[in-house]
Amino acid sequence: MEVKRHTIKLVVNNKPDVLARIAGVFSARGFNIESISANVTMDPNVTKIRIVTMGDTSTVTKIQNQLKKLVDVLSVSHVRESKQGQREMILMQVKLTDKNRNDVMKAIDELQCKIVTRKSDYCILEATGSEEELEILVQRFDSLGIEDLSRSGVVAL
Amino acid sequence: MAEEEHIISMLVNNKPGVLSRVSGVFGRLGYNIKSLCVAETTNPEISRITLTSIANSHFTEKVAKQLNKLVDVIDVTELKPATSVEREMTLIGIRIDKEKRAEIMRAIDMFGCNVRYMSDNYCILECVGETEKTETIINYLKPLGIEEIARTGIIALPQKN
Amino acid sequence: MKIKGAEILLRALSDEGVDTIFGYPGGVVLDIFDEIYKSKFKHILVRHEQGAAHAADGYARASGKVGVCLVTSGPGATNTVTGIATAYMDSIPIVVFTGQVATPLLGSDAFQEADITGITRPCTKHNFIVRKVEDLARTVKEALYIARSGRPGPVLVDIPKDVSQAMTEYHESGPPKAPAHDPIYVPDVTALNEALRMIKQAKKPVVMVGGGVILGKASQELREFIEKVQIPVTHTLMGIGAFPGTDPLSLGMPGMHGTYYANMALTQCDLLINIGARFDDRVTGKLDEFAKNAKIIHIDIDAASINKNVIVDLPIVSDCKSALQQLNKMLLQNHFTIPEKDRKAWTQQIDEWKEYAPLSYCAGEKIKPQCVIETIYKLTKGDAIIATEVGQNQMWAAQFYKFNHPNTFLSSGGLGTMGYGFPAAIGAQIAFPDKTVVDIAGDGSIQMNIQELATAVVYNIPVKICILNNGFLGMVRQWQEIFYERRYSHTNISQIPDFVKLAEAYGAVGLRATKPEEMEAILEKGLNTPGPVIMDIHVEPEEGVYPMVRPGSPISDMDLGR
Repeated sequence: MEVKRHTIKLVVNNKPDVLARIAGVFSARGFNIESISANVTMDPNVTKIRIVTMGDTSTVTKIQNQLKKLVDVLSVSHVRESKQGQREMILMQVKLTDKNRNDVMKAIDELQCKIVTRKSDYCILEATGSEEELEILVQRFDSLGIEDLSRSGVVAL
Repeated sequence: MAEEEHIISMLVNNKPGVLSRVSGVFGRLGYNIKSLCVAETTNPEISRITLTSIANSHFTEKVAKQLNKLVDVIDVTELKPATSVEREMTLIGIRIDKEKRAEIMRAIDMFGCNVRYMSDNYCILECVGETEKTETIINYLKPLGIEEIARTGIIALPQKN
Repeated sequence: MKIKGAEILLRALSDEGVDTIFGYPGGVVLDIFDEIYKSKFKHILVRHEQGAAHAADGYARASGKVGVCLVTSGPGATNTVTGIATAYMDSIPIVVFTGQVATPLLGSDAFQEADITGITRPCTKHNFIVRKVEDLARTVKEALYIARSGRPGPVLVDIPKDVSQAMTEYHESGPPKAPAHDPIYVPDVTALNEALRMIKQAKKPVVMVGGGVILGKASQELREFIEKVQIPVTHTLMGIGAFPGTDPLSLGMPGMHGTYYANMALTQCDLLINIGARFDDRVTGKLDEFAKNAKIIHIDIDAASINKNVIVDLPIVSDCKSALQQLNKMLLQNHFTIPEKDRKAWTQQIDEWKEYAPLSYCAGEKIKPQCVIETIYKLTKGDAIIATEVGQNQMWAAQFYKFNHPNTFLSSGGLGTMGYGFPAAIGAQIAFPDKTVVDIAGDGSIQMNIQELATAVVYNIPVKICILNNGFLGMVRQWQEIFYERRYSHTNISQIPDFVKLAEAYGAVGLRATKPEEMEAILEKGLNTPGPVIMDIHVEPEEGVYPMVRPGSPISDMDLGR
């Protein structure tokens, strides 16, 4: 069966060990996590979690069935969102030297990044986009000298 | 003791079971994880975990010491708001009632949100900012008809001098 | 009026109908034990916390109620882990209360501190740590609810010392809330209709039943169903007793040590109806060959069990009782009749298999363990509760005792825990003081929880232990014989200790048989002696369990041992 990227969305009780339980299901059953993001919702008692995993459809069904069994998991859904809806954010620290400065500025302009901080020897950039767009962005800046980066994982509506 | 938000940024081996071990530390010590992001770095063998938790000042020391003991944890840093850049992105889906349309448009303008989608009666906004800004926006828009929200967790980078 | 957390715990348990606790005291549970001292609770003091967990498990399996145990923090808690994992693998509803160091000390490596909720996260259905006394009553209620609802399982509740000492008002909590967790009990009618259509068309159908039928208390419904559809039934180790072992339609157990005819029927059937079994690898053998020409219907309350190992054609998520009740109703409404001529060839085929290779053994100069089980069956008229340890003793008990009632066979199926049987038998005997309860043991397994003999003697719990004593860790020895050219590495345990003297040292009765001609008399004497008894039966040392399917082989590929 075809191995694809799947997104699973969970609504869970906001309790100290709920994440450990969820992560435990993945590790105990050998399911993989590509990326995961979690944040509070308008209701302080519940947290929304998005997990991106690689697998065939039967594996994804198995994962969902196991997650549904956790007492603190309120709902599990498999998101069939169109790729266009997916957004991700990135923060990047890029090295600035006399040699690369112009190229960096050009890339910032072309790729529509926002400069958060600019110092003499580095800048921190913020960008949002689809996963693929950010992939391209990272490749471009990597050739210019990424010193540090942090990605959020995708979200969608 | 006063409770405040802490941001922990970690580098870990990208292996099955690592998140389970990391989150187990928080569970054991009884700390709620408020937000969490796990994603690959430029090196596919290493992932970055950024998480936030509301806790007293002992939190970081206690947690960091336990986390550092995990074999697959490469680095643990607390990022202080004064010396780091923190951002989260939020997608907000809003139902647009005719009589509120003008007010919604004004808010979009005021907060500098990007409009990702717009139809006659629904729009999706993308807002990037610190948690405080995100929450201000959400609170402002809530009475105007928020239908759904998707937030990334917080990500952050240190600002060197 | 404000009362102590410890008292709240007992009040909440009592409100849930719990009256029996298996436990062992310690520092952080002193307040709770002080309340037990003042209460009417029946507390059975074991000699090792593992025994408490197994006893609660045996109590639950025999009675169908939730078993409860109470232990102290640290080593007390960790000693229950094997018992918890045993209950988890077999979906047995128990609730384990563990003491914990006071909340300000949590995470400080305090004396007798163990992160028991962390340790047991992967082997409990759910666990709790109660950080505020106000949450205690509700947590107790939820723990019992979670343990018994849906697919049952063990739940652990960790109670810090300051929580059991703190004072608050006690209010009986409302119905437990586990919003998204309410299991599906009602089957999908369309799927059931499809099932009936498949049953009508089948020429070679087999029903396989598992522990779900017993846990779901659906044994009566199963019997009615089979009565109507006349399909042969095989039962997994956990499904023993769900369907009468003496019924002509019973095929016995399938799998690694299953009957020839059950395995052949599963291999050649064209329709397999799995009711409450989980397609364990010991049952399926090589997956590609398992029931490979059959359409498969799978009824299970746990959606995660369906399509986990075996891909099925018709999944039905429901508890066994509701599904069977509904099926029976539909059979009645549809005036279902057995398509007799269609099935004739299949019935004949099964009869031929039964004739070709019945369960059997050869008599010899020494006592044959299979014969011991048959004799116990005869002497107890098939009416005893039988607990087993793990290994050859377990398989022979499963093969040669014919179980006609649910909840009468107690055995660690999933985890395979040596040392389970005796404390489980104690738990069962507490639930049914007047029934004959026999632990069928090996000389290896019985030593793993032999200390509970003190418990049995002190409370006069009349469990009869029958040790099939072959001086070996028999099942491992059998594998060494077959797969390792008889290199018996560390499996010879030399018939030590003297179990008769050991029984006497504890104040129990010990009997011994070494020759075939004295075996029946000794068993009869032992079963009729009041109080706990050890019957030390010296059996043929190198007897094997057959039939046997090699691991990874298809189940039709059996060594019949002849």
